[in-house]
Amino acid sequence: MLETRARGKYHKIWRELSRDKIVLGCILFLVGLYSTIVVAGFLAPYSEDFSDRDQAYAPPTPIFVLDEGKPSWPFVVTYERRFDPETYGFGFYPDYSKRYPLRFFVQGEAYKFLGIIPSRLHLVGVDAPARLFLLGTDMNGRDIFSRLLYGGQVSLTIGFLGLFVAFPIGLLYGGISGYFGNRVDNWMMRLAEIIMSIPSFYLLISLAAILPSGLASRQRFALIVVILALIGWAGISRIIRGMVLSLKEQEYVEAARSLGASSLWIITRHLLPQTTTYLIVAITLGVPGYLLAESGLSFLGLGIQPPDASWGNMLREAQDLSNIMLRPWLLLGPGLLIFITILAFNVVGDKLRDILDPKAKGRRA
Amino acid sequence: MPIYLFILKRILIAIPTILIVSMISFFIMRYDFTIGPIQWTTQGQTVTLLEKHHFKNPIDPLAELRQNPQISKAAYEHERQRLGLDKPFYMQYWLWISHIFQVNPSALAEGKPWAFFQPDLGKSFSGEDVSRILMQRIPNTLLLNAVTLLICWLVAIPLGVYAALHWRSWADSALTVFSSVGMAAPSFVVALLLALGAVKLGWPPLGGVTSDGFEQMSGFQKLGDIAAHLLLPVTVLTISGIAGLQRQMRGNLLDVLEAEYVRLARAKGLPENKVIYKHAVRTAINPLVTLLGYEFAGLLSGAALVEMVLRYPGLGYTALEAVRQTDTNLAMTVLVMGAILLVLGNLFGDILLKVVDPRIELH
Repeated sequence: MLETRARGKYHKIWRELSRDKIVLGCILFLVGLYSTIVVAGFLAPYSEDFSDRDQAYAPPTPIFVLDEGKPSWPFVVTYERRFDPETYGFGFYPDYSKRYPLRFFVQGEAYKFLGIIPSRLHLVGVDAPARLFLLGTDMNGRDIFSRLLYGGQVSLTIGFLGLFVAFPIGLLYGGISGYFGNRVDNWMMRLAEIIMSIPSFYLLISLAAILPSGLASRQRFALIVVILALIGWAGISRIIRGMVLSLKEQEYVEAARSLGASSLWIITRHLLPQTTTYLIVAITLGVPGYLLAESGLSFLGLGIQPPDASWGNMLREAQDLSNIMLRPWLLLGPGLLIFITILAFNVVGDKLRDILDPKAKGRRA
Repeated sequence: MPIYLFILKRILIAIPTILIVSMISFFIMRYDFTIGPIQWTTQGQTVTLLEKHHFKNPIDPLAELRQNPQISKAAYEHERQRLGLDKPFYMQYWLWISHIFQVNPSALAEGKPWAFFQPDLGKSFSGEDVSRILMQRIPNTLLLNAVTLLICWLVAIPLGVYAALHWRSWADSALTVFSSVGMAAPSFVVALLLALGAVKLGWPPLGGVTSDGFEQMSGFQKLGDIAAHLLLPVTVLTISGIAGLQRQMRGNLLDVLEAEYVRLARAKGLPENKVIYKHAVRTAINPLVTLLGYEFAGLLSGAALVEMVLRYPGLGYTALEAVRQTDTNLAMTVLVMGAILLVLGNLFGDILLKVVDPRIELH
């Protein structure tokens, strides 16, 4: 009985969400994005650390569909990187003598499908020595498109992982503080305020800067998640505490107490479940913050370290303004992806808040 | 509670806060701690999640002395003692804190009260006094934040009012799109794009707060020069600021316009202008003033990244420089200064709220 009612509730939320075409579009985009990064190894023509030093800063590889005016199977040609004594720059000169057709479901570099199954199958590729750089390459001749997919695995999951660590701390802390009230509440909230009174970005870069340099990439990733969560829990706990403060006055709490339920039981079984609707909204609206923090940190060189990719550290090369001018693909891919992802999360989150919390301010669209 | 008592109370509360922040930052930057190894054994196999890692203060002020064969052991020990590095961790913290509160009573007798307080925050990596660096950088950050907040409010409030009064018109929809885009655009990417534009056009100047030859300029030129340097960072920060504030103002006003007293004001025949600007808008602004303190906090953090990208010499830029060069003294102090600014900003927001809405009880 209870289950069907709960299912009915989520069904209703979904119906309201999908009625708005823009929101539906955003949801589909996010679902598509997350499914893409799950199968990144298959979709990416190259692996994360594949690099062709002879093709540094190569522009996106043009794909030809016309062969001497006649339609043909799409193909690419090879490019030679040569120093141009006139402009003192490097130019890419096509060699049209041989054509390399696009091949689908080709055997390429080894990767692990879904992180477990070893595989060599790639959706698309071309025979060496031709290269298929859909979005160009970076300084080391690494394929930006492939790295965007692998980088998404970091940038898109860090938000959920960070919230996964921060929420239990914030929930329990805020729950205890709000439930006991009075002096306990006073002291606990003072501590949370102290954490919040350090400008978060300052704290973030200080903590990231002391990470030891010898860490393996996974450990570094994990520690950055922990750092982000350490900064994020205080704000969550304050909101939860406010909700619990008002919830605990209700009769069912009194009933539970008179039945002899322990405080921890009441907090975790009766009070915190009431905050689920807030949690859904907070997660959707919270992920962009983590994405921004990670990309900002990596952009400054304090987060995910190359050769591992993340959208933030891919933007690092764009810090050099001449790079953006001459090689706009360095900025556009990761920059646009960060922007659109945040936009989509915000749109969905705002709509969710409107549905779940009609009293919220600024609701009318 | 009278306002001066309220301010006094808030400052008294702030002191332990700042002290604990200083402990945290000292701990982060100076304490050498070890984590791991995290491992467990299952079926005779040892799984290692995390190897042993040392988090160490990478700057060893004595490294050079230790390497130099001409320095005797006794001189090395003497220097170690002079810097207080032989003392336990908490004593080192105490040394740092007590130097901050160094006072010079003779300055009072000489009639120079400004020289009474002589904080010694130690030397930065480059050999400059940390207090000196901060004295240059903090005004820059305050200027940037103040100008940004001012412009945000001046632009966003009218926009929000307009959007609410023309609810669901095309202008309202356009503003909604703008605010969604403005809030989602990552500030450092926007900063990069604007910087690119500035380089192509050759104007406005990039980096710093003043041009070369600033000292020779007339008062008016100086003002213009600073304004030109502020243009880029302020633009980046106001884009997201205006987006958020405009939306909130619009929402608040829409809610207020439905209230009973607005209907009453209309019913008694008050001109629509008066209804909106004297009654509704005033009430709708109040919650925004409450948010001013938080806004300042967000701005301080948000400005840090923009300062770094645009090389604006504020506190955020200093923080990045300090942690990158592991300039311990500077980094610790910047963290504490950031917290102090934030606490002051919140206090300022509360006082402003009292001024705007005298009904509010301060406690």
